[in-house]
Amino acid sequence: MVDALEEAIRAALADRVPVTYGRARFGHELVLHVHREALLPLLIVLRDAPELDFAQCMDICGVDWPERPERFDVVYNLLSLTRNARVTVITTTDETLPVPSVSLLWPSATWFERECWDMYGVVFAGLDDLRRLLTDYGFEGHPLRKDFPLTGHVEVRYDAEAGRVVQEPVKLTQDFRSFDFLSPWEAMTTLPGDEKVHLNRIPGLAVDGTKGDQK
Amino acid sequence: MNEISWNKAATPPGAEQDAVIRAVTGEIEEKGFVVANLDKVVNWARTGSLWPMTFGLACCAVPMIHAYMARYDLDRFGIIPRGSPRQSDVMIVAGTLTNKMAPALRKVYDQMSEPRWVISMGSCANGGGYYHYSYSVVRGCDRIVPVDIYVPGCPPTSEALVYGILQLQKKIRRTGTILRG
Repeated sequence: MVDALEEAIRAALADRVPVTYGRARFGHELVLHVHREALLPLLIVLRDAPELDFAQCMDICGVDWPERPERFDVVYNLLSLTRNARVTVITTTDETLPVPSVSLLWPSATWFERECWDMYGVVFAGLDDLRRLLTDYGFEGHPLRKDFPLTGHVEVRYDAEAGRVVQEPVKLTQDFRSFDFLSPWEAMTTLPGDEKVHLNRIPGLAVDGTKGDQK
Repeated sequence: MNEISWNKAATPPGAEQDAVIRAVTGEIEEKGFVVANLDKVVNWARTGSLWPMTFGLACCAVPMIHAYMARYDLDRFGIIPRGSPRQSDVMIVAGTLTNKMAPALRKVYDQMSEPRWVISMGSCANGGGYYHYSYSVVRGCDRIVPVDIYVPGCPPTSEALVYGILQLQKKIRRTGTILRG
């Protein structure tokens, strides 16, 4: 079924749009990689070709790959009710290069793109309402970026003198701890009666307190 | 009459209770009035009609709703959920309080009429809980409003919430009503 869908998309595009075809989930889902400049032509064909009819934009999400030059993936999940098929379209961008907005193709995409802007800072060209969607009013930064600190920059409390909720720099009474359960100094590695677990331990993870080479 | 102080344990049905009722009835028929401490009466009224502000923020709202419904039936304590802060006595903060919600929560609290109480329900409302280190969550709703009762749990059971409400009733009962600090 995925192959038939790919053939149908190839036929509808007729080599007008450069697309890389891929598979996800062990070959059960079709993934199209496309440059962001070719995004709108591809999506218009996917939506308007009667034999494809991807009339619903289920979801737009972002992925952050900080090591890549174009660090963000923007992922469009489309659904065709008449074909009973789904397709994933992936394009890439970085912090400044705008991705064309699809809010004119699917009005539901407005909130998805606002959320993607909010969480990742991906700029969408043509979206007339590029406000934050989820985070606090006046929030600084894009929290789902890998370089955003977990605890953020500000915290709130009620100030009785000011008579309102004020924002202050984060001051943690206890630092975030990540436990090293393989270290004998932090955790008990062998529970009584559970010695057999060491026989099934993944090779490469040291138990002598040093971190194994898998970390 | 003095030993019929209602703050004590309830008298079970039986001859003893009948005697108490007969004595009270006789007293009323004889004089037309009863004598009681005013603050006790006021506290009795307050504990018997704690109307909570509905403030379900997250999954903790589900056990709170269960506590309202037929099985635990908070109505029998006179606890009837209200949709308006103007009519409420107690706010049950049930769930994760986010930074964005905090001003709204404070505004709702400010709109409640005195006297007012706050029950913080669940780990998130008590101290941030699972989201303690998150960038968007208030580390405890006591940073925003003064809290009277903390109900622990993630989420607390409905019984725990009912127990917390009974603790709040106990707390109200032991405070003076006329003079307030």
